[in-house]
Amino acid sequence: MTDKNQNKANNITLGKFSLIAVAMFGFGFALAPMYEAFCQAFGINGRFVEIQDGTYDSSNKVANITEVDKSRLVKVQFTASRNQNMNWEFKALESIVEVNPGEIRVVKFYAKNNTDKTVIAQAVPSVSPGRATKYLNKIECFCFTQQTFKPGEAREMPLRFVVDPALPGKISTLTLAYTFFDTQNRRASNMTDNSRETKLAVNSVVTNAQQ
Amino acid sequence: MSDHKPSGITRWIFTTNHKDIGTLYLWFAFIMFFVGGSMAMVIRAELLQPGMQVVDPLFFNSMTTMHGLIMVFGAVMPAMVGFANWMVPMMIGAPDMALPRMNNWSFWILPFAGTMLVSTLFMEGGGPAFGWTFYAPLSTTFAPQSTDFFIFAVHLLGFSSIMGAINIIATILNMRAPGMTLMKMPLFVWTWLITAFLLIAVMPVLAGAVTMMLTDRNFGTSFFDAAGGGDPVLFQHVFWFFGHPEVYIMILPSFGIVSQIIPTFARKQLFGYASMVYATAAIAFLSFIVWAHHMFTVGMPVAGELYFTYATVMIAVPTAVKVFNWTATMWKGSMTFETPMLWAVGFVFLFTVGGFTGLMMGVAPADFQYHDTYFIVAHFHYVLVPGAVFAIIGGIYYWIPKWTGNMYDEKLGKLHFWLSAISVNILFFPQHFIGLAGMPRRIPDYAVQFSEFNFMSSIGGFVFGATQLLFLYIVIKCIRGGEKATDQVWDNPEGLEWTIPSPAPYHTFETAPQIK
Repeated sequence: MTDKNQNKANNITLGKFSLIAVAMFGFGFALAPMYEAFCQAFGINGRFVEIQDGTYDSSNKVANITEVDKSRLVKVQFTASRNQNMNWEFKALESIVEVNPGEIRVVKFYAKNNTDKTVIAQAVPSVSPGRATKYLNKIECFCFTQQTFKPGEAREMPLRFVVDPALPGKISTLTLAYTFFDTQNRRASNMTDNSRETKLAVNSVVTNAQQ
Repeated sequence: MSDHKPSGITRWIFTTNHKDIGTLYLWFAFIMFFVGGSMAMVIRAELLQPGMQVVDPLFFNSMTTMHGLIMVFGAVMPAMVGFANWMVPMMIGAPDMALPRMNNWSFWILPFAGTMLVSTLFMEGGGPAFGWTFYAPLSTTFAPQSTDFFIFAVHLLGFSSIMGAINIIATILNMRAPGMTLMKMPLFVWTWLITAFLLIAVMPVLAGAVTMMLTDRNFGTSFFDAAGGGDPVLFQHVFWFFGHPEVYIMILPSFGIVSQIIPTFARKQLFGYASMVYATAAIAFLSFIVWAHHMFTVGMPVAGELYFTYATVMIAVPTAVKVFNWTATMWKGSMTFETPMLWAVGFVFLFTVGGFTGLMMGVAPADFQYHDTYFIVAHFHYVLVPGAVFAIIGGIYYWIPKWTGNMYDEKLGKLHFWLSAISVNILFFPQHFIGLAGMPRRIPDYAVQFSEFNFMSSIGGFVFGATQLLFLYIVIKCIRGGEKATDQVWDNPEGLEWTIPSPAPYHTFETAPQIK
């Protein structure tokens, strides 16, 4: 090979592999939506992705549940926690209930804003074991919308849910965990400044889901 | 062209010569090896006894973090690129690397990236203290501000690696001497070709991961923040999609070096050359589909645990092919044990120990016990220290007579090996036991029942660390003089690099050799 040809071949190789590197950089970012899609398709990581991306349809979920399975009782536990640095009280008024699959049940959560500011908060649900997520259906939930609390305001918030009778027999206990996040001041501990509009894209879609 | 080389400092700053750049890479790696090594000494000093005595816990955590990052990105990877720069053109009969100016650039990024990384330790709030795996949200929401410098340092290191890798691929694919077909290439060249592909595939993914961290930290995105609809577990997936191929990036060139050394001192051809090539390619392929075995405990479905277990254990097959081939190469060979051979044999034996513990942890239910304990620390140090580092040291002893024209001090070299081989086992073997007994990794204090083994481990660590100063002495002594090396250096070794004079002239193979 002559020097000229050699240089040309080297430059072509450089070009090709630079493109691959750029494509792989993009692939790194593509992993984020792929991960969402994968978890949603298999319902595996305990997150209500549907609630967060606004595709959650509570009436459709419940429409197929016609009868109550009296033969078994499922224990449903509730835990409530706050994101870091949120000066709130937040708890489940009943921490454990036993329900028959197919039975509609209402439980209440209590939250109080201990700060002297109005806070808009969002509760994010998570279920364990993760693969039970799709069997715990929410009909009415304070997590569907952002909750606005005036300074010192306290209130009870209902959750109406039904456990799908199709829940695998092996699962006898479900845990539904809520975490409240302050939508305005996500990182109070951090010195970095966050623009309020760009974060929590989820909030707007969650609101849409309600309509 | 004459053997004229530029003089003074500008020779090194502006050089486009593959040998100069290889030397720069190797010295950079050597310096970082001591920087990262002194951090390991701080870690072992703190762990010498239970209780807090030497450093505060935050600094301890930044020591474990920086030790890992520096050894991976500053020592092992640049050392391998240094070998590639020196040896690949000489092994395939090329006059230089394919893209010599980019080669200069990819090296000179490194000192800046390394300085930026180390400088975080002196910043307000301390350096990164979240472990070398920098899991979110510890590295996003809860990390010190210096993390942004860490992120840019990783970006720079990534740029350097990708450019280095493209250069190596272009050299190997386009610059081979006439007659040097792919299946005639020395195994070191093959392993580097495959490693370079891995680098190009995964370093950009790492760059993506740290970019997501950067925007999560500063620009209000929520890739890894549950409050904004993201997921911290996503970080682990992205990281290990890079991280698992990364461990092979560090070990495949070591396989290559060992595959050059063993045939020379067994005075036999490498057993199963073709199967070695295919095994390397198979390991590289499998490395892309096993990443979640690093995160068995995140709460995967059983199907996931099963898949990642089977896929992981499958890697044992091509790896065993390699180990058996090295053994078969030695079988009935006229073996002599000069220093490089000692390191290579030490590598084969001790790397296999590390491989076996890897198998144990590849099995999901067993991994639940080992996860994040000293057992994993013992495992990856076995594959990286008596694995990758032994191969690097062996490679230096093997080729340094060609590089400098002088033989190293054989007596001191052997002493270096035996001190290292014994102390490295005193250092890491007890960590298996304390790991199985439940001592977690990345903590500065521990329960008293772990005292004896930690004490042993620390003593081994100090001896191993001090022994490497002997290595520095041996290398400097060899550069300064010593018995003149012959052109062949060893007893009839195979390879084009042994057909040129020792020390290797500044320019080699300006007319390509003919390969029969």
